Amino acid sequence: MAEMRQPIESGVPDHVQYLHPLMKKNYGNWKYHDRPRPGVLHHVAHNGDQIWTVKAGTQRQMDLYTIRKLCDIADKFAEGHVRFTTRSNIEYMVSDEKKVAPLVAELTNSGFPVGGTGNSVSMIAHTQGWLHCDIPGTDASGAVKALMDELHHEFINEEMPHRVKITTSCCEINCGGQGDIAIVIQHTKPPKINHDLVANACERPTVVARCPVAAIRPALVNGKPSLEVDEKKCICCGACYPPCPPMQINDPEHSKFAIWVGGKNANARGKPTFHKMVAAGIPNNPPRWPEVAEVVKKILHAYKEDAHPWERTSDWIDRIGWPRFFEKTGLPFVKYMIDDWRGSRASLNASAHVRF
Amino acid sequence: MAKKMHETPNLDQLESGPWPSFVTGLKRLAQDNDMMVDLLGQLEHSYQTRKGYWKGGTVGVFGYGGGVIPRFSEVASMFPESSEFHTLRIMPPAGMHYNTDILRKFCDIWERHGSGLIAFHGQSGDIMFQGISSDNVQPAFDELNELGFDMGGAGPAVRTSMSCVGAARCEQSCYDEGKALRMVVNNFLDDMHRPALPYKFKFKFSGCPNDCVNSIQRADMAVIGTWRDNMRVDEGLARKWYAKHGMDDLVNNVISRCPTKAITLKESAKVAKGERISAVAVSDTHSVEVDNSNCVRCMHCINVMTGALATGTDKGVSVLVGGKRTLKIGDLMGTMVVPFMKLETEEDFEALVELAGNMIDFFAENALEHERTGEMIERIGLVNFLEGIGLDIDPNMVNYPRTNPYVRMDGWDEEVAKIKQKQASAA
Repeated sequence: MAEMRQPIESGVPDHVQYLHPLMKKNYGNWKYHDRPRPGVLHHVAHNGDQIWTVKAGTQRQMDLYTIRKLCDIADKFAEGHVRFTTRSNIEYMVSDEKKVAPLVAELTNSGFPVGGTGNSVSMIAHTQGWLHCDIPGTDASGAVKALMDELHHEFINEEMPHRVKITTSCCEINCGGQGDIAIVIQHTKPPKINHDLVANACERPTVVARCPVAAIRPALVNGKPSLEVDEKKCICCGACYPPCPPMQINDPEHSKFAIWVGGKNANARGKPTFHKMVAAGIPNNPPRWPEVAEVVKKILHAYKEDAHPWERTSDWIDRIGWPRFFEKTGLPFVKYMIDDWRGSRASLNASAHVRF
Repeated sequence: MAKKMHETPNLDQLESGPWPSFVTGLKRLAQDNDMMVDLLGQLEHSYQTRKGYWKGGTVGVFGYGGGVIPRFSEVASMFPESSEFHTLRIMPPAGMHYNTDILRKFCDIWERHGSGLIAFHGQSGDIMFQGISSDNVQPAFDELNELGFDMGGAGPAVRTSMSCVGAARCEQSCYDEGKALRMVVNNFLDDMHRPALPYKFKFKFSGCPNDCVNSIQRADMAVIGTWRDNMRVDEGLARKWYAKHGMDDLVNNVISRCPTKAITLKESAKVAKGERISAVAVSDTHSVEVDNSNCVRCMHCINVMTGALATGTDKGVSVLVGGKRTLKIGDLMGTMVVPFMKLETEEDFEALVELAGNMIDFFAENALEHERTGEMIERIGLVNFLEGIGLDIDPNMVNYPRTNPYVRMDGWDEEVAKIKQKQASAA
């Protein structure tokens, strides 16, 4: 056997080597920025240097031809440097204002929407889904593609009261993260157990320990060591499925979507907030998930109509209150939205504050 | 390389519309790559049956215990060419900056060894090289590794980290995020590449409290830029902003949105004097006055009046610990454990690395299997955690003090004496 190559344990590469020269020169020395148009940022350094950034949406899961095309655009129009945002938008930096318009035109003509800045709906932060995950309840790239088609106008314009960050997640682990609007799979039935496979595929004590409500216990089924679920206790979270794939939680019909609003990661104004459930029971309906888009657009429409400038969804709902949120969006407030998990009493209204 | 394409009536519907289509990209790859022909077939099968068909396994590279996400198809008999479709998680540079030369090299390597599909980036921040057979994993990694790129984290390990664009192009940056990320993560590569922690441990680095990488909600240790001196002001930019936006915007969108009422509108002649006051004229008659001692560094007014108001110059970071998402005890935000530390000199950066090391050591020794740092803190209490890693308590760590009397307080007098002694030695 040939000698194996030892890895070079180099860790995180030095980012400075990849910076646009103007960014390297003015590292830590920027003074302010403005936005000449949607999709374009203009940063000014303390020494007067200026840099323009053009932001465009991508499909995140990119074929190498798309990446090479984005590189061609960078070489021809944008000085050979790019960066990606945490929401998979690509950013081109140029040192001359005159280069902005041709770059915007080239990106637009090549099918990459320019936008995602300021008070827009930016690209949806998302997960892997059926394309690559081992535990997905739905697809991610497809659901996001379908939704961004619907929200294209809001990506390339800045017409919202404040920025809107949307996330999607293919199971309740919620890898997509917190969002102004979060679209997350919600299972509604306990796992279906293939008892023939449990003994060989699962470390049973680990699976028992993984359950948040102690609903799983070891059992002998048809003479084989397996696991059983107390279905009355089960909250259908799916935590047992990753360590024990024979406990199938995904269900083509009963794995639904829930929609959550009001998550905010910034510390601006109020402290960061978690998103809250406002809709559920929405069917998992590929390839375009129209029922999801309908609810998302309903929420966005109400927010756009009613929120004040600089109010994120959480600020807006803080001002108008939850009853009015449900009234304005037309979404039903259902008993399952009243939290009963640990610490939940803090979410109840312990006051006489009521809006009439 | 000419396998017939499967019928994909569902996926075909994702080729129309204005947003870039990943399906069109997958189909283009399938023209030259049979793996992608069957991958499209399996994905269409998922769309039709509404189920996923990947399972994990064990695939890695020589010398490392993690970083490859193994995927074996459960429907390989129908789609044999994509029966193995693993992902390599590769760590990006901080801030996700690239030049086209390195991106083209990535593409060439992935064209030779993999499917040609690359995601920029995964939710933890990795470059995800998606779709490769078991046999090709090692040669593909070797080539990426020779370019100066290294494997990211997976499993119960230190994970790949993220930082915002930061000092490279943001006026709100309060420290060198890229340097901090690189120093911290590169000190724990053994814990990344040879997974042996109770569960995952994530670092995230945001340059200011806007927290563009969601560190409070997602990181076990969040490093967030802040400052402790007065806000800087620029009268030229303040007047320019006011001329464009006017009094309504100033009052409704700046003054009244301050969460601690630290910013007020004053007639310029009546602006307060004092060491902790920043003030700037917006017009010939009026000024904005900031009481810096009551500002919580939320960033709102600075976001609205960029440049007119700005962060201070005595900059550093706040550190929060224990953020994570749902499973299994419910969502947890990070908790403030270091209100301020400088991050300028090499010694400062080394102190941050040492703090991170203390946290990881304590986590490794005290967390239960599959328990994140935040869950451990909830189980043992913040004070035990702080004592374990050698940090002093501070009222900035709580929203409010205890509301119940259920606590043993035998040590009250000693604790008070300790604090008085500390105050005396600091004075």
